[in-house]
Amino acid sequence: MQLALEPLNVARWQFGVTTVYHFLFVPLTISLSALTAGLQTAWVRTSNEKYLRATKFWGKLFLINIAMGVVTGIVQEFQFGMNWSDYSRFVGDIFGAPLAFEALIAFFFESTFIGLWIFGWDRLPRRIHLACIWIVSLGTLLSAYFILAANSWMQHPVGYRYNPVTKRAELTDFWAVLTQNTALAQFFHTMSAAFLTGAAFMIGICAYHLARKQHIAVMRSSLRMALVVAVVAGALTAISGDTLGKVMFKQQPMKMAAAEALWDGQDGAPFSIFAVGNVDKGHNEVAIEVPDLLSFLATDDFGSHVPGINDVNKAEQHTYGPGDYRPDIPVAYWGFRWMIGFGAVSIAVGAAGLWLTRRRWWVAPEHRTGEDEVPHLMVTRGIRISPSLSRWYWRIALLTMVFPLLANSWGWIFTETGRQPWAVYGLLPTADAVSPGVSTGEAVTSLTVFTLLYAALAVIEVRLMATYVKAGPPELTDDDRRSPTRIGGDREGADRPMAFSY
Amino acid sequence: MHLYDVWFVLIAVLWTGYFFLEGFDFGIGVLTGLLARDRAERRVLINTIGPVWDGNEVWLLTAGGATFAAFPDWYATLFSGFYLPLLLILVCLIVRGVAFEYRAKREEERWQRNWERAIFWTSLLPAFLWGVAFANIAWGVKIGADKNYAGGFFDLLHPHALLGGLVTLTLFTFHGAVFASLKTLGPIRERARRHATRAGLLAAVAAASFLIWTQVHTGNGRSLVALVVAVAALAAALGANLAGREGWSFAFSGATIAAAVVMLFLTLFPDVMPSTLNSDWSLTVSNASATPYTLKIMTWCAGVATPLVLLYQSWTYWVFRKRIGTQHIAEGAH
Ligand code: HDD
Ligand code: HEM
Ligand code: HEM
Repeated sequence: MQLALEPLNVARWQFGVTTVYHFLFVPLTISLSALTAGLQTAWVRTSNEKYLRATKFWGKLFLINIAMGVVTGIVQEFQFGMNWSDYSRFVGDIFGAPLAFEALIAFFFESTFIGLWIFGWDRLPRRIHLACIWIVSLGTLLSAYFILAANSWMQHPVGYRYNPVTKRAELTDFWAVLTQNTALAQFFHTMSAAFLTGAAFMIGICAYHLARKQHIAVMRSSLRMALVVAVVAGALTAISGDTLGKVMFKQQPMKMAAAEALWDGQDGAPFSIFAVGNVDKGHNEVAIEVPDLLSFLATDDFGSHVPGINDVNKAEQHTYGPGDYRPDIPVAYWGFRWMIGFGAVSIAVGAAGLWLTRRRWWVAPEHRTGEDEVPHLMVTRGIRISPSLSRWYWRIALLTMVFPLLANSWGWIFTETGRQPWAVYGLLPTADAVSPGVSTGEAVTSLTVFTLLYAALAVIEVRLMATYVKAGPPELTDDDRRSPTRIGGDREGADRPMAFSY
Repeated sequence: MHLYDVWFVLIAVLWTGYFFLEGFDFGIGVLTGLLARDRAERRVLINTIGPVWDGNEVWLLTAGGATFAAFPDWYATLFSGFYLPLLLILVCLIVRGVAFEYRAKREEERWQRNWERAIFWTSLLPAFLWGVAFANIAWGVKIGADKNYAGGFFDLLHPHALLGGLVTLTLFTFHGAVFASLKTLGPIRERARRHATRAGLLAAVAAASFLIWTQVHTGNGRSLVALVVAVAALAAALGANLAGREGWSFAFSGATIAAAVVMLFLTLFPDVMPSTLNSDWSLTVSNASATPYTLKIMTWCAGVATPLVLLYQSWTYWVFRKRIGTQHIAEGAH
């Protein structure tokens, strides 16, 4: 029997809580660094001040966010040793390398150049300063790649052999670990999801200001950029998600069956959109299904056979010995639906916005709006959405900010719990991964401390964000417009206050 | 020489880099509570490390990640064994990072004051705890036959370890004060020098007794050399500080930290974590290491990346080479 407060369960909760929390900030960091860099590039190239104001505004929100991403990341780096020491011994030979690469290559980039960017406005010439934020952005992508390659290895171990003498997995082919299709598919899916997340964040904030008819020039151009990114990234998320699903079906058939609560295999398996009743029973009373779709998602063939939970469980018992190889079915089933559902809503809001706010194309001349006006929401050439309905669009757009965050969290919860009872699929059960030396008391202490600390920090960070969102883009000063010509700052005006100080 | 010996050296290099760099920024954090007279001066101190503290901290992450990859058993035993002290360090690093970034983001005095207090305590505690942790590693801890730590939390707090904590705390404060004298202008610079003398004398007493104690307990010929270098460098740093040679003083306080870390690693080798229960159960460079293949890949990566990191991090210090004083701190929130 499993006790609720067994160290294993506490460690799992702690890993889930801290990682999901870390991953609230990560996608925003990845996308906002690139989007801010894009805006700053627009300023450097056009000298149009609205882009500089936009850069400063989004840059500030990006910094408030990245601070949390960085500090919560530190916990992640040490948690494997603290709570999963047997895991670390078993996989360190393989798993440690991408983590070390990440630190050496990506984190140093990010952390050094973010400092240069924050404090560099009056210390670096314009183009070098711009290069700094692009390097930060590159760093975030690299760090995501390495960490996802590590995670992919847990989903689908490759490039290793089991050494019965040392009783651990040993690396034989690092290149295979970095380039296996799981890693590539996961990377493209997670990155496109990250850009959808950042774009929705921008859309929400622009909607907030545009509904109040303030800061129009900056918000309007940011909105257009964000809408385009949302639609493109949204489409790529769906495409890459479909690819990832096919990879997953081959490598972890149990996860696909669990995602559908498909208990018994069938040819031409249906995709269940919604289920009533307990999906955790041997059979479901499913309400709405699309026939044959699951077979298509899994293999590109509507008629193909998809094995069910019971079939895979039997097959795995045959391979790995007696035991129960089923993950938590309701979590997998609902997690998958929340991911797609929340994501789909944000893509729909983005696509609608992209159409409604268009400037010229198929818009009668009298409805066209200038740079400094709130765009009219145009359904067709001459039909404009009424002001009261427009307000609703802005409200929904504001709400959309949180949807991709929820989709991301559920995507990960699905991915990670769907792999259970394995920590490394087919190789190391989660129960054998936990630190044997860490007591229940210690584990409960750390879980409590992290949960309380993270909750307090969440309140602080959300309030601070809200303050800066409401304040809107800053007015520019002469100092903002002037960039130094020498590295280290110009000599004259040596007593001028720093452009930025903590 | 095996690759795992190389990696023992590289891990020592990473920790040395970490303590050298984050050493002074922990010191600056402690000094915001000791040296600064008012808010403006606290801000000056914080801003001397503003652009660099995050980059400094990554040396820790790299040391951790590299230990994971090169010596999985060392990583596993160390971090699961020192669970609670490490938890405390993590909490401090979390709060500290947020404190730097958020402190000036609101105008209210109470908000800023609270974050300043946080910076003081979250710099002081890890500065102390890292010393405790490394003293324990050097002294040896209760490691069982299964490679796991078999002791409890309080076993980690013996006198040698507490003295080790005092060493890092005073040494980092000294290093930070010297750094402050090198990076600031005006009255705060003078005061930084005076504080450096005081902290340096305390550090000298603590470090000399700790290192000698360690040398007597587990030392060897090579570690004795490092010990002598550490003590001499500390004396030189104090002297240079008194003579007003701030750059030299900083170089020597850094050398002191480096020599002290090197000495601890020399007393360890070829163990990485000696067991006090049975020397057969000690983790060594060979029984805790990864396979040669992994170490080879890691060596390539470190060989290319480390010089590059040193290059652009040094460049950062050069970009922000100007001294700052209270006149450089703008009013208002950021
Ligand atoms: C905005 C976020 C978002 C959106 C809209 C989607 N996903 Fe997703 N999904 C993620 C965010 C995400 C994620 C959080 O990034 C995950 C977790 C692990 C991973 O690689 O990406 C994920 C995992 C994940 C997995 C599990 C992979 C595994 O366990 O190995 C599958 C099969 C899909 N996704 C498929 C889809 C499909 C078919 C989607 C819709 C059309 C979709 N996702 C939309
Ligand atoms: C490289 C990235 C990741 C690695 C290496 C990783 C690794 C792990 C490990 C070792 C566990 C503990 C064993 C277990 O209980 O499953 C775990 C569990 C978990 N992880 Fe991940 N994870 C990664 C990314 C993420 C992300 C980004 C999230 C969410 C945002 C996440 C969410 C979870 C959750 C919710 C659990 C608990 C699952 C359960 O106990 O049932 N993981 N992961
Ligand atoms: C469970 C495994 C994970 C570990 C060990 C980990 C570790 C870390 C660490 C130590 C940092 C702070 C770096 C600094 O100080 O600059 C960090 C930040 C970051 N991590 Fe994670 N992380 C994990 C999961 C993820 C995942 C799954 C992704 C991406 C898909 C990711 C992407 C990032 C990015 C982009 C940053 C930098 C931006 C930010 O701090 O928000 N991490 N991570």
